[in-house]
Amino acid sequence: MSLPKPEELIQDVELHKTPEKHWMDIKPELKKGYYLSIIDPKILEELDLPNMGKWQPYDEKWPLPENWKDIVREEILRRMEKHRSFKLFMDICVRCGACADKCHFFLGTGDPKNMPVLRAELIRSIIKGEFSTFGKIFGKFAGARRLTEDVIKEWFYYFYQCSECRRCSIFCPYGIDTAEVTIMMREILLKLGIGTDWGLKPVHNSYYIGNHVGIPPHTLKENLEFLMSDFYEITGIQVDVSKYLNRKGAEILYVPMSGDYFADPGIYTMMGILALFHYLDLDVTLSAFASEGGNFGYFNSLEMAKRLHSKIYEEARRLKVKWILGGECGHKWRLWHQYHNTWFGPIDFLEIPKSPITGTVFEHAKDSKLVHICEFTADLIAHNKLNLDPSRNDHLIVTFHDSCNPSRAMGFFEEPRFILKHVCNNFVEMPENTIKEKTFCCGSGSGLNAGENMEIRMRGGFPRANAVEYVHKNFGVNTLVCICAIDRAVLTSLMQYWVPEVSVAGVHELVANALVFPGEKERTTDLRYRPLKGKEGNV
Amino acid sequence: MNALVSFILVCILLFIPWIGVSVLGLKILFGIVIPYACFLVFVIGLIYKIIYWARSPVPYKIPATCGQQKSLPWVRRTLKDRIESPFYTWEVILRMFLEIVFFRSLFRNLRADLSGKRLIYGSAKWLWLGAILFHWSFFIILLRHLRLFTNPVPVFIQKLDYIDSFIQSLGVPPLYITDILILAGLIFLLLRRFFDPKVSYLSYGSDFFPLFLILGIVISGILMRYYIKVDVYGVKQLTLGLATLNPTIPEGAKIGTIFYIHLFLVSSLAAYFPFSKLVHMIGIFFSPTRNMANNNRAVRHVNPWEYPVKHLTYAEFQERFKEVMEQAGIPIDEEVKPEKHEWQSWYILEKK
Ligand code: SF4
Ligand code: SF4
Repeated sequence: MSLPKPEELIQDVELHKTPEKHWMDIKPELKKGYYLSIIDPKILEELDLPNMGKWQPYDEKWPLPENWKDIVREEILRRMEKHRSFKLFMDICVRCGACADKCHFFLGTGDPKNMPVLRAELIRSIIKGEFSTFGKIFGKFAGARRLTEDVIKEWFYYFYQCSECRRCSIFCPYGIDTAEVTIMMREILLKLGIGTDWGLKPVHNSYYIGNHVGIPPHTLKENLEFLMSDFYEITGIQVDVSKYLNRKGAEILYVPMSGDYFADPGIYTMMGILALFHYLDLDVTLSAFASEGGNFGYFNSLEMAKRLHSKIYEEARRLKVKWILGGECGHKWRLWHQYHNTWFGPIDFLEIPKSPITGTVFEHAKDSKLVHICEFTADLIAHNKLNLDPSRNDHLIVTFHDSCNPSRAMGFFEEPRFILKHVCNNFVEMPENTIKEKTFCCGSGSGLNAGENMEIRMRGGFPRANAVEYVHKNFGVNTLVCICAIDRAVLTSLMQYWVPEVSVAGVHELVANALVFPGEKERTTDLRYRPLKGKEGNV
Repeated sequence: MNALVSFILVCILLFIPWIGVSVLGLKILFGIVIPYACFLVFVIGLIYKIIYWARSPVPYKIPATCGQQKSLPWVRRTLKDRIESPFYTWEVILRMFLEIVFFRSLFRNLRADLSGKRLIYGSAKWLWLGAILFHWSFFIILLRHLRLFTNPVPVFIQKLDYIDSFIQSLGVPPLYITDILILAGLIFLLLRRFFDPKVSYLSYGSDFFPLFLILGIVISGILMRYYIKVDVYGVKQLTLGLATLNPTIPEGAKIGTIFYIHLFLVSSLAAYFPFSKLVHMIGIFFSPTRNMANNNRAVRHVNPWEYPVKHLTYAEFQERFKEVMEQAGIPIDEEVKPEKHEWQSWYILEKK
């Protein structure tokens, strides 16, 4: 499917005009390019999930199970019983509209059902209409409606047009978190057997092979070796990969994301991280089984998320490491930070993380034993343990994209910025209302980064791209740095569409560019074989 | 349309006591029975709601963070960071205080506009201002009314009354500032629901209803004070009677129907409160994205219903990939033995 040109794509967006008809009277129309395909039933079976056979969303009649209404009603009540958040959020919205224009999908489509408040109303109205007498009597007047098959279609369509980014939640006066609602609703859809192809294949891979892209152990090793042979060519520094894989008794377990050893431009971040390990002679290992820090399970259900990430602590235990270091990833860090020790704790078989290089004890991670690689590196720089030559990034004018999850579920703002300011000389912030806690989603988070829904991705990513375009035009920014593996892949497509002059990189790619190894050869290019500033003639 | 129905509903509510008192003379019903009944519904309803929410556990610690986390000692955390990304309990309390008393999150509000192909964000504090005016005035007016339910009136309430009515010159009795401000706030909130296209689109009838109802209460109150004078002494006798559980309808006092209308609307609001969106007043205290500390990695949160899940073990993994691992020179773990682990799934658990 070909997309319209960038200047045409958002022409139909009206932020201050609304349809004539009440939203309850607008039937869901599933537009091509906006929704994901449905997964093969075999995969669902192998993951112990229910399925509805072979079907696709564009089918007129969906093969819902006979008792679908009972299932849905039961699942809603169950979730209200188990999650105070969901129960509360269903009660207290006053429809003040503060969240309405905070969602990037609303800003990129103008579709009122993409206003977070209406997204939540899609289920709130059903709860009123199905369970409350008051709602049954007053109906639409009180915002209540009955459950129909169209409602299920609408849920599928709009809860997969939410990237669980939580931007809306920080503007809501009661902290209503639509991401939380979306998580619950996707779980309910999955209970019917409605799951997406793009969202579940990686789950299947990660479950049975260890990582989302399904790279088996030997290929993982080959990929890493391949990366480091490039690194050797560029720097003359030989890195022996084999000591970094499945080595028992190492001090630290490092958990990467498959995106970082699978495809451009993530691979440069991975290269940078291995180079850093080598530079420090760090006693660290990867696990061929726990080779995925990302977690697509989370985009389907909390239980599936837990099923995928069990292997991380179990591998840490088996490999007898002391603590765990996690790579640059967004939603992974939401899980590692907010869920992991609740799921798997108490983590008494590991030790409180302590940097073997600086002696810093990571007190803030004393219970979960999980440290972010940027915290680790920032600490190294603060203790002057790295010999850095930031001028080797002078060919780059850098801006930083705060990924949603580290920002709004962790408060992770200063560590990556601190690193960036030490490894490059040209750093520019995007406009204030588009960074830090107010950052905009890449538009493809939470398992939406497929090919068949490219139009909604480009629309949803529009606010982010727009801010990048601004700093590109005004300050010549040509590099968008992020700390998320999904971002590295999807921002690349987003930039190609909206601001093609800008490329995407991870923090540790820039770190390795700047890192001066003892005995290295004179560098003329960066890790991507692009000439360094002033060395253009040498290449 | 929705607004119209709400308006009519409030008008009906208005006529009930009018007819009830001035035509049918049911003063005891409207002066004592209904206020008591509604107050009871209010209290029981709120308690019910609180228990209803509290019964559901908070399985995960999910604060929404708007400031720098506490991590390395040299990473600077400003006061804003501490409040918006609280690590310690006192920081959480401060955050909640700012949310509840000053509507911190609403103060963040922005307005997005599309100018050609460029998105611009302007500050949009009007909603915050309107909400603050309305809620604070409502609160102060409520406090002021305590003088009707206490004898002697506490000094604090007297002072409040005095300050609120410092505009003395406009005639007798002096004008309350909060009366003007609450009207301004209410009218702003109402106009917004009518004329802001997005807000108007997402408003239900049940969003207009409380606004009209409160407007009715405010207007009847103002009328009573400045225009249709009532016998203040008689009113106080009645309200004090209510408060001391010794209710009487004062003999011969000219209380006036307008008072009964005011009282009836207030009673309706009280009874409606726990079962409507108005419970946001209590709900905010429970909001897990605001009332939890961002110290997840340091302090473990326990989920009462957590259960072990089915997952692949390393033994199963190694069995499958042993050969290729050996060929690639990846260490094989000889000690690992296949093990059975207990697990649950949402299907098994929920079947029970
Ligand atoms: S900001 Fe919160 S209360 Fe206001 S409409 Fe959105 S979800 Fe509802
Ligand atoms: S969580 Fe993000 S994507 Fe979902 S409704 Fe809120 S702002 Fe939109």
